[in-house]
Amino acid sequence: MSKKKLVMIGNGMAGVRTIEDMLKIAPEAFEITIFGNEPHPNYNRIQLSTVLQGDTTVEDIIMNSWEWYRDHDIQLFTNEAIVKIDSEAKQVISDKGRKVEYDELIIATGSSSFILPIPGADKKGVTGFRDIQDCEMMIKTAKEYKRAAVIGGGLLGLEAARGLLNLGMEVDVIHLMPHLMERQLDPTASNMLKEELEAQGMNFIMEKQTTEILGDERVTGLRFSDGKEIAADLVVMAVGIRPNVQVASESGIYVNRGIVVDDYMQTSMPNVYAVGECAEHREMVYGLVAPLYEQGKVLATKLCGVETKPYEGSIVGTGLKVSGVDLFSAGEINDDPKTKSIKVHNEFDGVYKKVIIRDNKISGIVLYGDTKDSSRLFRMLLKKEDVSGMTSVSILESGCCGGGESSDVATMAADEIVCGCNGVTKGTIVEAIQTKDLTSVEEVGSCTNAGRSCGRCKSLISDILAHALGDKYDVAAKKTALCGCTTLSRDEVVAEIKQKGLTSVKEVMNVLGWKQEEGCTKCRPALNYYLGMILQDQYKDDRDSRLVNEKMHANIQKDGTYSVIPRMYGGVTSAQDLKKIAEVAEKYDVPLVKLTGGQRIGLYGVSKEDLPSVWEDLGMQSGYAYGKTLRTVKTCVGAKFCRYGTQDSMGLGIELEKKFERLDTPHKVKMGVSACPRNCAESGIKDFGVVGIDGGWELYVAGNGGTDLRAGDLFATVKTKDEVIELIGAFLQYYRENANYLERTSTWVERVGLDHVKEVLADEQTRKALNDRLDKTLEKYNEPWSETIENKEIKDKYYQKRDVPVLV
Amino acid sequence: MKKTLVTEYQSLPERVGQVFRVDGVEIVLFRLSNGEVRAIENRSPHPKGGTLSEGLVSGEFVYCPVYDLKISLTDGKVQAPDEGQVKIFSVERDNDQVFIVK
Ligand code: SRM
Ligand SMILES: Cc1cc2nc3c(=O)[nH]c(=O)nc-3n(C[C@H](O)[C@H](O)[C@H](O)COP(=O)(O)OP(=O)(O)OC[C@H]3O[C@@H](n4cnc5c(N)ncnc54)[C@H](O)[C@@H]3O)c2cc1C
Ligand code: SF4
Ligand code: FES
Repeated sequence: MSKKKLVMIGNGMAGVRTIEDMLKIAPEAFEITIFGNEPHPNYNRIQLSTVLQGDTTVEDIIMNSWEWYRDHDIQLFTNEAIVKIDSEAKQVISDKGRKVEYDELIIATGSSSFILPIPGADKKGVTGFRDIQDCEMMIKTAKEYKRAAVIGGGLLGLEAARGLLNLGMEVDVIHLMPHLMERQLDPTASNMLKEELEAQGMNFIMEKQTTEILGDERVTGLRFSDGKEIAADLVVMAVGIRPNVQVASESGIYVNRGIVVDDYMQTSMPNVYAVGECAEHREMVYGLVAPLYEQGKVLATKLCGVETKPYEGSIVGTGLKVSGVDLFSAGEINDDPKTKSIKVHNEFDGVYKKVIIRDNKISGIVLYGDTKDSSRLFRMLLKKEDVSGMTSVSILESGCCGGGESSDVATMAADEIVCGCNGVTKGTIVEAIQTKDLTSVEEVGSCTNAGRSCGRCKSLISDILAHALGDKYDVAAKKTALCGCTTLSRDEVVAEIKQKGLTSVKEVMNVLGWKQEEGCTKCRPALNYYLGMILQDQYKDDRDSRLVNEKMHANIQKDGTYSVIPRMYGGVTSAQDLKKIAEVAEKYDVPLVKLTGGQRIGLYGVSKEDLPSVWEDLGMQSGYAYGKTLRTVKTCVGAKFCRYGTQDSMGLGIELEKKFERLDTPHKVKMGVSACPRNCAESGIKDFGVVGIDGGWELYVAGNGGTDLRAGDLFATVKTKDEVIELIGAFLQYYRENANYLERTSTWVERVGLDHVKEVLADEQTRKALNDRLDKTLEKYNEPWSETIENKEIKDKYYQKRDVPVLV
Repeated sequence: MKKTLVTEYQSLPERVGQVFRVDGVEIVLFRLSNGEVRAIENRSPHPKGGTLSEGLVSGEFVYCPVYDLKISLTDGKVQAPDEGQVKIFSVERDNDQVFIVK
C-alpha cells in the first residue's frame, strides 16, 4: 500500500508536536512534507525570552534538529512560505512556485506580532517579539543604542523588557491600562509585580496610548495621545498577536478571528485541518502551548485513524518567566457578588494568594510570591472539585508564609499535573521512570515531553526523580553548592554570570553575595575558568585566582622548588633541542633530568628565582605540565617508519598539540595518536585517543589512565584527519561549556552519558558553532614563559626573592 | 626588640606574597585588599613542609599552596578542621617604609 501524503504549512511548536504524536502512533503511515518560512528547524519559541536575556543561545533552543527530520524521512522546506492551497488539485503552492500534492493538509501557521497601525510603525528600529530574527535584531540594537520602549505590559512585553535590561538598555514600558497583566492578575498582585520590576530597573509609563512613532528613517521617540513624547532608539510592540490566517482565507477556508475548526480540528475545507495559534475553536484562539498540544494530540490520533475523544477546549494557567518573579494565574481573577474568595496577603514576605470560589468550586487562582500551591489548586479547578467541605486552611495548604509542605512530591496525588505546558501528571512521570529506567530530567523529557516547553517544571521533575529513585538518583545531578562560600550550584552561577553580564571574579562574588568576600581555593579558580569560558576572548584572566602551579607556570614540589617541562610536540625532538636542555641542566645544576610519562623531558628541582632565566636559556615553549589545559599529545612513530603503520600519527599528533595548546579546560586533557590498533601511544586511555586504521581514523573519547582507570569509548570513525580535528574541537568545546570545573572528560561523560554527547554533536551546525566559539577563545592566549621573560613587572611580582641587608 | 626596614610599601603588589630573606629566615609579606601588610614565615606548618608565598590570599587568610591549609594572617593559626601554627611577625609602617619587628 502506498503511503498517504501529509503536508503541513508552518514548522512551529504546535504543528511539529502534532507530527511527533503521529509518528508515535503510526510511524509508517504517511509521507510527510513540511513548509516553514523561517530558516530554522523547529525551535522552542517560549525560550526566546531566555535567549534575549542572554541565558541561552539559539542552538540551545532547537527542539527538532535537522537530523530529526532526516531520520524520520520528513521532507522539510525552510525559508519557503505557502501562498495558496488549491483544493481542486489538492496541492499547495509555495512562494518559490513549488507545488506539492496532499491527501491530508495541516495548517499550523501560528501567529504574528500585532503591530499597531500608527504613523511611523514602519520605521527602522520598530519590531515585534515573535521569532529568532526579532531577538537577533534586538540584541544587535542593544550594542549600538541605549533607550528602549516596550509597548504593552503583558506577559510578552514584560519578558522583552527584562531581556532588554539584561542587554544593558534603559527600558520604558508603556501600558494602556492602569495595571500590568490585567488579564491575568488582580490589582493587588499587579501592583506587587510592578514594584518588583521597578526594583529591577524597569520604568513604567501607565495609562498612555501611543499615537505616533517619531524619527526620520530610524525611530527616535514616541508620542502619546496626550501630546507628551519620550525618546527611544528601539520600539518593541508587544500589544498582542494576530493569527496567520491569510493563506487559509484566500484559499476559501472559513475564517473568523482564527481558522475555524471543529472538535477534531477540521476546517471548512475537506481534508484540511488547522492546529495551534492560527486555529479558532469554539470561538477561542489560544496563545499558550498547553492547549495547542492538546489540540495536536486529538488531531494526530484522528489522522492516524484511531478513535479519540473530541477536543472540547481548555482552561489555561500562566506564569511569567522573569527572574525574581513567581506568579501563577488561572481562570477568573476578579470577584463578583456571586463569588467568595480566600485571600492571603503577607506584605512582609511579599506573598499574595487569592482563590476564587464560585458555586463551591474553584473558578480562579492568583498567586504571587509563592506558587507552591499552583498545581494542586489548578487541578482542583480543572476537575471542578467540590470544596464546600474544606476549610480555607486546607485549600491553601502552604499557608501565608510558604511554610507548608504541599510541594512535597511524596504527598502529591498521582493525577496532579506536574508539567502544565504538556499536561503531564506525576503518575505518568513516575511510571515512565520505573518502566523505562530513567535517571535524568532530560530522559523524562524525551519520554513524556514534561519539561520540554517553558521549563518551569524541571525542578519538580528533579524532585520526583529523587523521590522515585532514592539513593540511585545521580547525586551529581542534584544541586551541590560550588563551595562553602555560596549556596549556588555550578549551573546557577554560570546562569547568573550570563544573565547579569558579570565580568570578573570579584564582581561575581560581590553581586552573588559570597559569604567569604574574597572566596577560597575552590571557587576562585572555578569562577576564573567559567568567566573565561563564557566571555571567550573578552575575558582578562585573573592570575591571582589560580592555584600555585598555574599561577607560576611550573609545578611546585614539596621543597618549594619547581619542575620545568618544555613542549616537545608529539614527543618529537631534535639533537639541537636535546643539547639546549642538557646545557641548561648543567648551567643551573638541575638535580633531576627525567623522561616524563608524557613523552618529554622534565627538569626537576629548579628554584623559583631561576625560573625566568631557565626559560630564557631554553628558548622553548611551556609544556603546560601544570595546567588545567591540554597536556601532551603522545604519538607513535607510525607510517613514516613502522611496518604496521597506516597513518601519519606523528603529523596529526603535532597538529593537534599546536592547535589546542594553552586552552583552558575544566580539568587537564590528554591526547594520544597511534597509527594502528596495536596502539603504542596508549590512545585507549586518553581523553581523546586517535587510532589510525586503513583508510581512516577511529576517535576514542573519555579515556583515563589515572585514579579512575577508564577505557575510552569509540566516538566515531572518519576518513580524514580534518574530520578528527573538527570532532575533537566540537567535543572539547561542549565539554568546556558543560562540565564542572575539575571534572575530567571521563567522569563528565559517565555523568551526562555518551549518547547524549553523540546526539548533540550529530548536528553539523552545532559542531560548527562550537568550533567557532573554540577558535575565538584560542585567539586570546600568549605563550606564558616568553611573556614572563619580556615583562619585568611579572618577573618582580611572582619570581623574585629579595635579600634584606641587616645592619649590625 | 629589633626593627628592620624591609621594603617600600609601594613595591608590594596586592594579594601576592613577596619573599624577603632576613637574617637567614624567609619572611613573606602580604599586602591585603584592605591595604594592610602582614608578615609570616615562608614555611607551611604541614609536617612535610613547603612554602607559603605562592598561596591564594582571601581577606585575612592565605591558603597553603601545597596542602591547601587555611591560615590566618592575623595570628598564624591554621583553621579547623586542620591544625597548626605559622610564625608571624609584627609589621610597622612609616609612610612608605615597611618594617618588621622581632
Ligand atoms: C611529571 C609527571 C610524572 C613523570 O615524571 O613522568 C607527572 C607529575 C605529576 N602528576 Fe601526573 N604526571 C605525569 C604523567 C601522568 C600520567 C601519564 C600520561 O599523561 O600519559 C597520568 C595518567 C594519565 C591520565 O591523566 O589520564 C597522570 C595522572 C595524574 C593524576 C590523576 C589524574 C586523574 O584524573 O585521575 C594527577 C592528580 C590530578 O591531576 O589531580 C597527577 C598529578 C601530577 C602532579 C602535577 C601532582 C601535583 O599536583 O603536584 C605531579 C607533578 C610532579 C612534579 O613535581 O612536577 N597526575 N600523570 C608526568 C608528566 C607528563 C607530562 O609530560 O606532562
Ligand atoms: C517570547 C515568547 C514567549 C512565550 N512564552 C510562552 C510561555 O511561557 N508559555 C506558553 O505556553 N507559551 C508561550 N509563548 C507562546 C508559544 O510560543 C506559542 O503559543 C507557540 O509557539 C504556538 O505554536 P504554533 O505552532 O501555533 O505557532 P508557531 O510556533 O509560531 O509556528 C508557526 C510557524 O509557521 C510559520 N508560517 C506562518 N505562515 C506560514 C506560511 N504561509 N508558510 C510556511 N510557514 C508559515 C511561521 O514562520 C512559524 O515558524 C511565548 C511566545 C513568545 C513569542
Ligand atoms: S601503534 Fe601500530 S603503527 Fe604505531 S608504532 Fe605501534 S605498531 Fe607501529
Ligand atoms: S510547565 Fe512548561 S515545560 Fe513543564
